Amino acid sequence: MVTAVTSFGRSGTADWLVQRVSGVILLAYFLFIGWVVVSGVDYASWKSLFGQTWVRVFSLMALLSLAAHAWIGLWAVVTDYLTERMMGTTGNVLRISSQLAIALVLFVYVVWGVQILWGY
Amino acid sequence: MLQVSIYRYNPETDQQPYMQDFQFDTEGKDLMVLDVLEQLKAQDSSVTYRRSCREGVCGSDGLNINGKNGLACITPLSATVKNNKLVVRPLPGLPVIRDLVVDMSMFYAQYEKIQPYLQNNTPAPAIERLQSPEDRAKLDGLYECILCACCSTSCPSFWWNPDRFIGPAGLLQAYRFLADSRDTATDERLSRLDDPFSVFRCHGIQNCVNVCPKGLNPTRAIGHIRTMLLTRAT
Repeated sequence: MVTAVTSFGRSGTADWLVQRVSGVILLAYFLFIGWVVVSGVDYASWKSLFGQTWVRVFSLMALLSLAAHAWIGLWAVVTDYLTERMMGTTGNVLRISSQLAIALVLFVYVVWGVQILWGY
Repeated sequence: MLQVSIYRYNPETDQQPYMQDFQFDTEGKDLMVLDVLEQLKAQDSSVTYRRSCREGVCGSDGLNINGKNGLACITPLSATVKNNKLVVRPLPGLPVIRDLVVDMSMFYAQYEKIQPYLQNNTPAPAIERLQSPEDRAKLDGLYECILCACCSTSCPSFWWNPDRFIGPAGLLQAYRFLADSRDTATDERLSRLDDPFSVFRCHGIQNCVNVCPKGLNPTRAIGHIRTMLLTRAT
């Protein structure tokens, strides 16, 4: 058993499930937004759309899904390419720095997204 | 004349690997790639590769032939040669010992991890542990693996994480014991596979299925392991 303390759910099965479920939520959300945009939007209809609680909840759900999905996906990428085995200590330094940067960006997006959804 | 290009590397004399070109006369015959290597070795005895049974049973001569992993002994020239060129390299992703011979330690270490032997904690019956024909049928497509490493060394996830990802060959065997009605260690086996690397580094690109010389399907076995892990956890 390989341990991985920085993975999303500490378990491959949990990460896999979160990745799939968040993927479905993101697909549904982007289809919804795509459909709204294609049907034609102006400022008033966009504002009234996002004035409804369910749209805000759905948007927040998509935002949290995006954060989890991105963390799991990018975690897989950095643990593939930035490893101690390939680069020695440099690999660990680069990987941990990338993970911190990714975590920071995702955290900011989530908090900022909440502010946008409920702040206007 | 067939243009043959062979990966050469002798760590005792060469600074770095190089490709050596040979002209080879097939005399119009559709030889196996191994026959070509054998005849080249007769000309230049320093050409080094592994081989044993020469009929696709032992799994010794897994090589990268014109960019695709396969067994040299059962790959006919007609199936691989295009534009009259044959390029033979060692299996990718493993350290080269010499010429076409790779160090398979990492591959075997992953195989060892899945504990590839029957585990049963119930008292052994007088003669043998019986299995119904239906239960036996579940092992078809799993037990035939000859551990030639063609699949694992064609898998990018195994290239990047040969120390943490078990790889298609090991996982096919892991499922062979998970699926065996006579094995009672299913839960312990699954517990050892639940981390984010051992099984879940598989992203299902099916390079393993594409190259397996025995026509096996490690991706499907990995899917079954994933289902077992999910069923057990939810």
